[in-house]
Amino acid sequence: MSEFYVLHVNGAAREVRDAAAGESLLFVLRERLGLMGSKGACEQGECGSCSVLLDDQLVCGCLVLAAGAVGQRIVTIEGVAPLGAPSDVQQAFVDAGAVQCGFCTPGLIMATHSLLERSPAPSEMEIREELSGNVCRCTGYGRIIDAVQRVAVARRGAQ
Amino acid sequence: MSVIVATSLAEAFAALSAHPEATLVAGGTDVMVEVNAGHRHVADVVMVNRVGELCTWRHDGAMLHLGAGVTWSQIEAAPIAEWVPVLAQAARTVGSPQIRHVGTIGGNLGTCSPAGDGLPGLAALDAVVHLASPAGERSLPFAEFMVGPKRTARVAGELIIGVTVPVLRGWQGYSKVGVRNAMVIATASVALVTDLDGRTVRLALGSVGPTILRCTEAEAFAAANVDFANGAASAAVVSEFAALARAAARPIDDHRSTAEYRRHAVGVLAGRLLRRAFPNE
Repeated sequence: MSEFYVLHVNGAAREVRDAAAGESLLFVLRERLGLMGSKGACEQGECGSCSVLLDDQLVCGCLVLAAGAVGQRIVTIEGVAPLGAPSDVQQAFVDAGAVQCGFCTPGLIMATHSLLERSPAPSEMEIREELSGNVCRCTGYGRIIDAVQRVAVARRGAQ
Repeated sequence: MSVIVATSLAEAFAALSAHPEATLVAGGTDVMVEVNAGHRHVADVVMVNRVGELCTWRHDGAMLHLGAGVTWSQIEAAPIAEWVPVLAQAARTVGSPQIRHVGTIGGNLGTCSPAGDGLPGLAALDAVVHLASPAGERSLPFAEFMVGPKRTARVAGELIIGVTVPVLRGWQGYSKVGVRNAMVIATASVALVTDLDGRTVRLALGSVGPTILRCTEAEAFAAANVDFANGAASAAVVSEFAALARAAARPIDDHRSTAEYRRHAVGVLAGRLLRRAFPNE
């Protein structure tokens, strides 16, 4: 029975109690576990603002049945880096001016981390395709692509 | 309410026996859209995305068997993409990377929307769908599995366990029309598969009928009029092929498009795919 279950979020076991049937992972993260970084907008997998990692795979939190994610590793934007010490991707988004209203940013940060793990030197085409599930209505994407490329270049330089 | 995460076929069948009306969920990318919108209430759920037997594929020479739990991300990448390019191209147009990481070919079959991106390719490949229950297994040609819009031949208690497709020699492609390039449900879609050894051209249409439509007249016309040896088709042959595709469509007007536009679109796409398959005049 799933009224009570445990999710592994950002390295910690988190208990979920009195959950209703069909609650999405996004809902549980925000409304039951207080992790408000993942955003909810379309609730149908089209905007990507709820993107989180599930067993290292980028997924839409709104389309994951929370009770079905028992035993899987969940990483949210809160788990990417400690407060006050942004990851290289987060810092690059700031430096490149890739953040305007900021609503889409957590999802894009998760998508960018996921992309660069799998493909350290992506082409612009690859970046556009890989980020195609994350909608931004402010920036026009140019500065977001710039931010991704900055991280890729900096990581290669650091090796 | 219960959510049971099955990790083997035996567990999945046991869960289904205990909860015959349970909703079967793999990636959840169709079900959760309806749940979030309040259009579907789920009580008992059996998760099948971690059933080991379903998450494998097997290539034995002439055939490829894809377990129902194989994801679109797996299908769009090597080696599966090299064996069934039509499914790989379709996979690349399924939702976004987020959707493709969890969405499965079994889920596409289970939902069985006429707009399902994987379905025209499966129809064109003459795929065989495998179903299983504690009573045993049965296999159905795709055309008998999909019986209407979002209606399948699966009965309560059965699981879609996989699909078998041939690995063919010859060009394959999938094209669809929608309002934008990414993240879009097909307004009209076309899959074309050539079989150089069997000297056939197979054409299947999506989103223009209650099921995926095979265009047998266009296929027979192409087989008789293209030059397989030289990869050639005349402009007149491409034009007639497109006209036969248009004639085979049975589109409707709905919130996504008009019947007239859909009929026109499948003609354009069919002609374009035949030209790509046979690039010489």
